[in-house]
Amino acid sequence: MTTTDGAGLLDHLSEAVVNKALAQALATGGDFAEIFAEDRKGTMIGLEDGRIEDLSSGREAGAGVRVVVGNTTGFAHTADLSERGLLAAAEAASGAARSGGGGVREVAVTRQQAATPSPVEVLPGAVAKQDKVGLLRRADATARSAGGAVRQVSATYGENRRKVLVANSDGLMAGDDQVRVRFRVSVVASGDTGMQTGAESTGATIGFEAFDRWDVEDLSQKAARRALLKLAAKPAPSGTMPVVIKSGSGAVLFHEACGHGLEADFIAKAVSVFTGKVGKQVASPLVTLVDDGTMPHEWGAAAIDDEGHPTKRNVLIEDGFLTDYMWDWLRARKEGRPASTNGRRQSYQHLPMVRMTNTFVANGTEDADEIVRQTPRGVYIAQLGGGQVDTATGDFVFGMTEAYLIEDGRLTHPIRDANLIGNGPQVLRDIDAVANDFSMGWPGTCGKFGQGVPVGMGQPTLRVRALTIGGTAR
Amino acid sequence: MSELPDLLELAERVAGWSRPGEAVEVYVSRGTETDVHVYDGEVESLSSATVAGAGIRVVADGRQGFAYVGLLEEGALAEALAEARDNASYATPEGWVGLPAPDGASPTLHDLWRDELASFPVERKVALALDLEREVKSADPRITNVESARWSDASSEMALASSLGVTASDKSTSCYLSVTAVAGEGDQNKLGHAYTVGRAPSDLVASKAAGEAVDRAVRLLGATQPKSAHLPVVFEPRVSAQLLGLVSSLLSGERVLKGTSLFADRLGEAVASRAVTLVDDPTNEVAWGASSFDDEGLACRRNTMIDEGVLACFLYDGTSARRAGTSSTASAVRAGFKSAPGVGARAVYLVPGELSAEEVLGRIGDGLLVQSVSGMHSGVNPVSGDFSVGAEGLLFSGGVLSAPVREVTIASSIQRMLQGVACVGSDLEWLPSSAAGLTLAISEMSMSGA
Repeated sequence: MTTTDGAGLLDHLSEAVVNKALAQALATGGDFAEIFAEDRKGTMIGLEDGRIEDLSSGREAGAGVRVVVGNTTGFAHTADLSERGLLAAAEAASGAARSGGGGVREVAVTRQQAATPSPVEVLPGAVAKQDKVGLLRRADATARSAGGAVRQVSATYGENRRKVLVANSDGLMAGDDQVRVRFRVSVVASGDTGMQTGAESTGATIGFEAFDRWDVEDLSQKAARRALLKLAAKPAPSGTMPVVIKSGSGAVLFHEACGHGLEADFIAKAVSVFTGKVGKQVASPLVTLVDDGTMPHEWGAAAIDDEGHPTKRNVLIEDGFLTDYMWDWLRARKEGRPASTNGRRQSYQHLPMVRMTNTFVANGTEDADEIVRQTPRGVYIAQLGGGQVDTATGDFVFGMTEAYLIEDGRLTHPIRDANLIGNGPQVLRDIDAVANDFSMGWPGTCGKFGQGVPVGMGQPTLRVRALTIGGTAR
Repeated sequence: MSELPDLLELAERVAGWSRPGEAVEVYVSRGTETDVHVYDGEVESLSSATVAGAGIRVVADGRQGFAYVGLLEEGALAEALAEARDNASYATPEGWVGLPAPDGASPTLHDLWRDELASFPVERKVALALDLEREVKSADPRITNVESARWSDASSEMALASSLGVTASDKSTSCYLSVTAVAGEGDQNKLGHAYTVGRAPSDLVASKAAGEAVDRAVRLLGATQPKSAHLPVVFEPRVSAQLLGLVSSLLSGERVLKGTSLFADRLGEAVASRAVTLVDDPTNEVAWGASSFDDEGLACRRNTMIDEGVLACFLYDGTSARRAGTSSTASAVRAGFKSAPGVGARAVYLVPGELSAEEVLGRIGDGLLVQSVSGMHSGVNPVSGDFSVGAEGLLFSGGVLSAPVREVTIASSIQRMLQGVACVGSDLEWLPSSAAGLTLAISEMSMSGA
């Protein structure tokens, strides 16, 4: 909150305090203990209906302690960041792990500093709220001037600062200060065919200086244009056909088609269609898929993952061959292999899991326009919505929120929103063209077992030979 | 729990810090949770924790600000109040913005708290999850694994007080056993998820969850992608509950005022088939979303939103009601202390019909039975009404289940689906959500496949 801005709630957590808490966590035995402390502040300002309606700020701080005994993890968390609070949580976590071994274990951590890929110039919390309100008003005015059919505009500004400190019984102690800002505009337009929506969104791991680069008027125009355009949209086709996906429209397709299936926890339980496929060809040779937590300022970037290790660039699929899965620290530690530092969590109240960071398909060589010209009939998707996958079957859906029919190699009619459905392994094999126009897409929130984390996605324009479009056209 | 502060007392004290000319509302909550995941005969993780926090609203001169904090200490609450006050100063002033005053309605007081849960030992929770995993694994040779078996429980208390004199407090317990079975045949895997829920451990029926998880996974084995078709679709209760949750969110008076509801201007019109009577009734204690008070502290009431197909009312919280020139339907909801109240339903159900699930299939004859859908967030546009979701289920003919399907979507629009409700089942089932489910038949949707 304003009065304590700058005063860090984690500053008092010295090596000595942490050592003591970790020792307490292992006091009744255990293979591994970890403390994850977090101080998170955020502000959201919402404009709707021409009015600044929602102004919400919040702060949450606390620590989660986990203790691992064999295959069992005990976890407890507390909002009390005092030494007493940490010791109590450590004791609870160790009790939860129900360890029976006993014994005293000394822990000595060494503080490490990982360089952030996302330096911040202007802390958003230090900028006057009036300036943020001003951005929203400009976005509103721009969208409303886009045409008489625009009926409603809502815009949201969000900022978030998350300081974390991770220490474990392997001697690690590391921190990070993650600052994110985002901006979103949604427009509703109304016409003879009913109402339609358009949205545009941007976000980065960066300070308020992002708005020197982002043009809120441009975002707003794009959102309005999308809604207006769809007033003339036809029902989406129903059935299977080629699909061209525009560069940077959100690589949610890959996030769902194979990203989740390459997470080591699904692999370990053999509930991924990619189990046992390392070293094998799983995709068209045109596909190279990377997960990279180090990409400067991207939405899923950080200096360290939520288990304290510096983020990495991991090639998951290279020229169609599966090179590796994504790993959390604990699972990698157990397997005696290098971690890919994909251990992430929503907050100190959650256990870490294997998660993606910024996941993208690398550039190909073809010309994007030429790919469309070489497609006699199909669908062109200019903006994707969210998606969902069943990792056990590999079947996944994703939504399209701006799309067109391709007829004789040209974009013709806009089509209404619908989901597409495909099977991950099949779709990866069916990618038959990849362009050279790579860009990153919208900031995403990836949900897994009830935890949401920020993720980035990107891809060049590409074509899938066959996907099932879930429309209603007869 | 004697050392913990009394929540209502705390909320009233903080609301009392309001300054002249402003109204302050304080919502505080505290919950204890236990979460056990087991895998392969062992405890994978066991978490236990208490979470507490407060959300504070300040309204002054028609402007509202909100702030929350994940602590119940006075210093932190004072900071949150100051932040909410500061936030309010940037809002656009409107005459209708304000906190509700007491409206005199007396609440239906529920008893949703079971002492039994607090004394239920962790060892028993672990044992129940392990037993469930074992039962699923041994139930059918085609079950190859259990992805996860889980116990979770929560004991939650809330209190609300405003400087206008509204006070409310409530507490509830819940527990939940769930399992995800993996069935395999050839190189095909299918997941089946099932659960059993209750207020206390003695409410749970683990064997029912086990049987359902197995059945839901196994019956999908051998699924193929069918040809695209237009055909009748029957939703199982869990899916219809999702659909009703969606429809009721569109009946928010706030959306109507802002012109983003496809039901705006349709009050008194037939928006659905005559078989549809849609009610939100948190005063019904058997509903999972049963509640004595809404999240602005007013007594919950029964609201009939669609009456035999005719749009009868929208749901309102205090602010949207004042703007619409009506009174609150006590439909303020929050997603915990971190969110300011908005309009929402708690305990939605369709008035059941006469036919059992089997009889519904028989009545419809041929079509697609849907057991789960995916992509409700990505393929349904709540403004245009376009509806397109991935679906898993089985085709049926002559009222008898036949081939399982995979990789299909079903599509229509929310408007057409409501008009097309052909049959409402009698099998009303309260699920752990804001809506109850039952078997629901839609006369025609587009199924996209090969």
